[in-house]
Amino acid sequence: MNNVCVYCEYEEGKIQDVSFELLTKGRSLANQLGCKLEALVIGENLEGVDKEVSKYGTDILFIADDKRLYPYSTLPHTAVAVGLFKETRPQIVLMGATSIGRDLGPRISSSLVSGLTADCTELEIGEYEDKKVGKKYENLLYQIRPAFGGNIIAWIVNPDNRPQMATVREGVMKKEMLNENHQAQVVHIEVNKYLNDADFVVKIIERQMEESKINLKNAPVIISGGYGVGSKENFDLLFELAHAIGAEVGASRAAIDAGFVEKGRQIGQTGVTVRPKLYIACGISGQIQHIAGMQESAMVISINNDPNAPINKIADYVINGDIAQIVPKMVKYYKKNVK
Amino acid sequence: MYKIIVLAKQVPDTRAVGKDAMKADGTVNRAALPAIFNPEDLNALEMALSVKDRYPASTITLLTMGPPRAAEILREGLYRGADAGVLLTDKAFAGSDTLATSYALSCAIKKIGDFDMIFGGRQAIDGDTAQVGPQVAEKLAIPQVTYAEALGEIKDKIIVIKRRLEKGVETVSAQMPLVITVNGTAPECRPRNAKRLMKYKKAKTISEMSNASEDYITLSNERPYLQITEWGAINVDPDPTQLGLKGSPTKVKQIKNIVFQAKDSKIITTEQEIEDLMKELIDNHTLG
Ligand SMILES: Cc1cc2nc3c(=O)[nH]c(=O)nc-3n(C[C@H](O)[C@H](O)[C@H](O)COP(=O)(O)OP(=O)(O)OC[C@H]3O[C@@H](n4cnc5c(N)ncnc54)[C@H](O)[C@@H]3O)c2cc1C
Repeated sequence: MNNVCVYCEYEEGKIQDVSFELLTKGRSLANQLGCKLEALVIGENLEGVDKEVSKYGTDILFIADDKRLYPYSTLPHTAVAVGLFKETRPQIVLMGATSIGRDLGPRISSSLVSGLTADCTELEIGEYEDKKVGKKYENLLYQIRPAFGGNIIAWIVNPDNRPQMATVREGVMKKEMLNENHQAQVVHIEVNKYLNDADFVVKIIERQMEESKINLKNAPVIISGGYGVGSKENFDLLFELAHAIGAEVGASRAAIDAGFVEKGRQIGQTGVTVRPKLYIACGISGQIQHIAGMQESAMVISINNDPNAPINKIADYVINGDIAQIVPKMVKYYKKNVK
Repeated sequence: MYKIIVLAKQVPDTRAVGKDAMKADGTVNRAALPAIFNPEDLNALEMALSVKDRYPASTITLLTMGPPRAAEILREGLYRGADAGVLLTDKAFAGSDTLATSYALSCAIKKIGDFDMIFGGRQAIDGDTAQVGPQVAEKLAIPQVTYAEALGEIKDKIIVIKRRLEKGVETVSAQMPLVITVNGTAPECRPRNAKRLMKYKKAKTISEMSNASEDYITLSNERPYLQITEWGAINVDPDPTQLGLKGSPTKVKQIKNIVFQAKDSKIITTEQEIEDLMKELIDNHTLG
């Protein structure tokens, strides 16, 4: 049987959230396809991960546990994953669009000559017809993502090559436990079958992992700045407002490219996906790649000097005007009215 | 000394998509966008140049795949210090996804021949996929080190590389030959060098030569460095089934224009209205 497989990322003793999100999605895709959900965990000291991974509805869990497999390194993880997939022949492989997934995914896809779509915002099952050769396909994975060139979304399919591979950013899919007591069948992989010395030519000398100080994902209120904020100095106004009202500061890719704030604050398709109570978009035009990461905000305020900015359409409140003038007023009236 | 190849892509300047570049149907008028040297490929070029600074006998070949006009970024690279440029261009490459692109590039790299390091930007701004570097490495069966931010010691065929990860930094030592993809946090590329600009201003590919004057052709024959290498598919000996659309496992099923469900927005213009809004947000506990 060709199943759905999720490569689960294991870091600092934990399976990462993005992997649970993908298992949740993978479970529903497997149900639709009438196949099993598999998970692959590669690392060391992996006792106990089966409990966690099982809860999300995993049917078969492959574990590659070896001290040479942690921390993550491209070649050994590729060797294990490719070796396994050649035997298990999954029809779909999902992985996080993280530092690891974006390094490993393309390597695996090249090795298996299969298609890989990055940063999908939706995954669905559906049919496809290749009109040129008059061939119909059932039950393909639709890998859906915004495309460059306007407010357009592309549906991508891999008709002939397997596995159909996709990466998804953390926070895009919802993580939902299936059943606390669900138990996957555990298969321990004999790693020496797949690994050889040449897989260890890149050696990790030093690693410093740091918890990010930016917590966009859990912030109830986000003030997000775009290219229209104009400068680093003007971004300080956003930080001031954020400080006053207890919010986190986000940004568009254009603001980050312009060097106004650090990369970790990017919201959107290739940044973080957020669902705050309130999203205040300052000087953001509202391109599809940005909207993809914030459209589920409960309330949106747009501050923009262009009354026709596309983002205004999805805003509950539109404040017409210049960031540099409006934002300090918000600080002032907040302070004046808060008890 | 090291033999270095730098991969670069000419991309539409996605940062310049202002109102003027939008067509009435909400799609981008690509022709109105400037075509630029993909930003992280410039970081990659700089990292290559920094190796050449340390080992001046090293050579840097800049390789790009794209339409004929992509020769523009090769000249840009020559102005900034690359030794040679190679343009890979052919209709047979049209419609390539990342895998077919990587395959074509790997064929061109084999044709260039011997190399120690291949640098490329982490990703291109028109796709953000970050797939081509790792796929090229896999096609060449050599290691990859992604997200490089700085280089440490280089000794014989061993190189120390600092990587910038989402959640930290990592230092690795790796063996050549290898592919290194470079992060935007790495040093910015040095500017054009005035002397090199004078020297290479007139460098052209064969396609660009096609309508050149007699005088220019004479000049170009006297100064071979003015000839930018241009290869079509036939020159790099590929398996034709792995090229272009045919060689691309991913197909676009459809493209949809998204129309956002317009909300019934409240428009705020006066100072009093801003105060009222802040009050409301405090009263309904959205804030505070
Ligand atoms: C593959 C790919 C992935 C991408 N991923 C992302 C992503 O994850 N996140 C993301 O955000 N983008 C992403 N982008 C980029 C995206 O397409 C847009 O370019 C970007 O979101 C635009 O940012 P912006 O709205 O800040 O800038 P602009 O589009 O330049 O808009 C600036 C806005 O500010 C307003 N303004 C100007 N001056 C003022 C002022 N003084 N006061 C008030 N308003 C003012 C203008 O009216 C305008 O509406 C991606 C693009 C590609 C191709």
